[in-house]
Amino acid sequence: MQLTVWTYEGPPHVGAMRICAAMKNVHYVLHAPQGDTYADLLFTMIERRDTRPPVTYTTFQARDLGGDTAELFKNAARDAYERFKPEALVVGSSCTAELIQDDPGGLTAALNLPIPVIPLELPAYQRKENWGAAETFYRIVRTMAGPHARAPGVLRERGARARCNILGPATLGFRHRDDLTEVLSLLAALDVDVNVVAPLGATPSDLARLGDADFNVVLYPEIANQAAIWLQRAFGQKSTRHIPIGVRGVRAFIAEVAELAGVGIPVMLESRARLPWYSRSVDSTYLTGKRVFVFGDATHAIAAARVASAELGLKVVGLGTYSREFARELREAAALYDVEPLISDDYLDVEVAIAAAAPELVLGTQMERHIAKRLRVPCAVISAPVHVQDFPARYSPQMGFEGANVLFDTFVHPLMMGLEEHLIGMFRGDFEFRDGVAPSHLGHAAPSETETVAVVEAEGAQVAWTLDAEKELRKIPFFVRGKARRNTEKFAIERGNTRIDVEMLYEAKAHFGR
Amino acid sequence: MSLAACHDAPQINVRQERGQREVFCGLTGIVWLHRKIQDAFFLVVGSRTCAHLIQSAAGVMIFAEPRFATAIIDERDLAGLADIDDELDRVVTRLIERRPEIKLLFLVGSCPSEVIKLDLSRAAQRLSQRMTPAVRVLAYSGSGIETTFTQGEDACLAALVPPSPRAGADAPPSLLVVGALADAVEDQFRRYFADMGIERVDFLPARHAADMPAIGPNTRFLLAQPFLADTARALEALGARHLPAAFPLGAEGTQLWLAAAAKAFGVHDALFENAISSARSRARASLARHRARLEGKRIFFFPDSQLEAPIARFLARECGMELVEIGMPYLHRRHLAEELALLPAGVPIVEGQDVERQLDRCRESAPDLVVCGLGLANPLEAEGFATKWSIELVFTPVQGFEQAADLAELFARPLMRRELLEV
Repeated sequence: MQLTVWTYEGPPHVGAMRICAAMKNVHYVLHAPQGDTYADLLFTMIERRDTRPPVTYTTFQARDLGGDTAELFKNAARDAYERFKPEALVVGSSCTAELIQDDPGGLTAALNLPIPVIPLELPAYQRKENWGAAETFYRIVRTMAGPHARAPGVLRERGARARCNILGPATLGFRHRDDLTEVLSLLAALDVDVNVVAPLGATPSDLARLGDADFNVVLYPEIANQAAIWLQRAFGQKSTRHIPIGVRGVRAFIAEVAELAGVGIPVMLESRARLPWYSRSVDSTYLTGKRVFVFGDATHAIAAARVASAELGLKVVGLGTYSREFARELREAAALYDVEPLISDDYLDVEVAIAAAAPELVLGTQMERHIAKRLRVPCAVISAPVHVQDFPARYSPQMGFEGANVLFDTFVHPLMMGLEEHLIGMFRGDFEFRDGVAPSHLGHAAPSETETVAVVEAEGAQVAWTLDAEKELRKIPFFVRGKARRNTEKFAIERGNTRIDVEMLYEAKAHFGR
Repeated sequence: MSLAACHDAPQINVRQERGQREVFCGLTGIVWLHRKIQDAFFLVVGSRTCAHLIQSAAGVMIFAEPRFATAIIDERDLAGLADIDDELDRVVTRLIERRPEIKLLFLVGSCPSEVIKLDLSRAAQRLSQRMTPAVRVLAYSGSGIETTFTQGEDACLAALVPPSPRAGADAPPSLLVVGALADAVEDQFRRYFADMGIERVDFLPARHAADMPAIGPNTRFLLAQPFLADTARALEALGARHLPAAFPLGAEGTQLWLAAAAKAFGVHDALFENAISSARSRARASLARHRARLEGKRIFFFPDSQLEAPIARFLARECGMELVEIGMPYLHRRHLAEELALLPAGVPIVEGQDVERQLDRCRESAPDLVVCGLGLANPLEAEGFATKWSIELVFTPVQGFEQAADLAELFARPLMRRELLEV
């Protein structure tokens, strides 16, 4: 049993819905009680989609449990087929139906429907949403493309132009819609044709054509890796490994695609990349060494840390993911910044880790926004799970050179602007510069005045602060005060002092100063 | 999917429908109950789906520090590798350490916990003994195989009744208002009752765990919400008496509801009239504005909050709307008797749901406004229908005279918005 305040991922059948809702002409019959229909609102409210996800729920009730829930499932599957006439039917159970063991796959097979039926086994008490999405995508791909698999060693004959599939964009993904536009334009600039984009917008018959491409572009490994591995086996298609997030990420991605496609790289490709100049312009100097904590799905967290560190000059003081499936990749990335990798889907653990790292900026999910709000640290969202406002109306990709521009703005926007920070530091006594004041351009987001317990908690009663030192400490900007307090106490204890005066405070500042 | 027709009263036309239901489960009630009882915490014992449902239904994750959480059952628990009691102890201990201000903890059953037959009442007793007097632990089920949406509140309030203080047979008569109401609405009702001379008035749930009202044979209770069947039964088991009434939605409903209390407590007509007349005139006057927009408009209700019948009555009688179909998750004939009697004759009422067929009927009848859940609203808007999400009806103060116009406005706003937009 795990105590969960917030969950980063839904159950695996929600992952399956994300794939089915992304595709066309697929219908998902889900054996589930009525409450599970809440999942529709993820799509219609949070993502603001204008259609219901293509899901039929059996919505069994307690009184059905003594009777024939299997019959209920068969009727629902038959009715769904007749009403929606899909090209393929996906069937499975949610967590509760898994316990009553009705075998949706077998029951649907007995209906002899004239379309492919794809049964899903998604262990709800063991796995989560992204795994469910990856498994579902793989099962549908395999069912549809499997009959066209090539004999081992037989490759597709290359055409005059290179051709690839794009795998991974789905519903409820973080900026998938705009990432896809960005990546399509990169591929077009490289003279690479796109065979199939999946799951977003693909029909089952499109998936049957997946083999008709030279290689696969994998945008979101959390969703597409499993299918890409199978496509490599069935069709000998290689996959891209680099994620085109951040200027260096995009460059690596372009180089990789160019090699897989056997094409050259046009020189003008980077003309829209503003991040390098914005980062070098003098106003950005104030970003140097600012402490940033990064958490999210593995792909976005690893990429955001890389951009924060090498492209904005921030200091990564924490890096973590809730994607246990990508623990190895995250550990490798954490080693680059010499930080302890945090691999956890426990919100409470993440909260503790963030408080301990005392960052000046948090890059995370909607959940880290809650944590950052409590700790009064600025925060930007870089990964699912997200709020309705993170499905913006405007074009706002994470990938490609425009994506890098967006990242610059996203990371910098919640922070104090360069000169503003200095002014607040210098004129602390100004009545308008009260503690906890928000950056002036974020007027409405002013954090509350109360200090957070997690940050200011003194280390037991080992040291005492003099009144003057305590007053001096209040002059340090609130967002680094917790860190200053703890550093000073640590400094004092290491030197065998139990009393901190103004002198000691500045000694410590000189010692730890960056 | 069967569709049976039955006509039990001449003016009411009720049909049962079975098929896919598109409603929340009772866990959803936690979203407002955890705000209402300020020192209570709701711990769902369930699956990741339950955790995901509450955080998603909660207006997309609005609270940084909610007083609810889920103890997620995993495969070790199912395989019997972990002792469920030990696991619950561990989770509850961690929880209370983190939130020491919690005085009342609800263990909330879910579909998975019901199917594997976890005895949460026993667990609650055991934990309560362990943590007494700091924390009282109660259990109820919000599972979707037994409860729909607002029934979760019923189950929660019903769980509060047995351990509540007892009022003896010699206690003075008291009035109990049952059902979570906005604090402001509660305060208004308190004033009307005071003006009528009804001295002892309590509300269930109280705002704090320690203030839950005493119940006994001299307790008369009014239901403020139409979905409280189990709670009413639990109160009656302690000798409390139900005052049947229409529900306090709209000026008419509010008057009828208050009048039921006035009658039971022997309040003279003049005193009653005096207590409510100015608020009632305000309500009528401010309703007139919205009536102009709503009059003659056709409205279709998908089943959701269980508030459908009283709201339909209000919209038909006070706003002049035409009722196309009233869907309700279930029909509690006794508690809704006063409401059903006020509905226009022959209004089609559908109990239960087959969402696809209902969507067919909705499209066919082309209403001016559709009341539905969050899963259906945007798709229907995209098809050209104006919609009102029913969840707002449980999250917004709508009861009482002062809120009658606000209630009408909830329905007028989607129509007004359509007139405003030029894109």
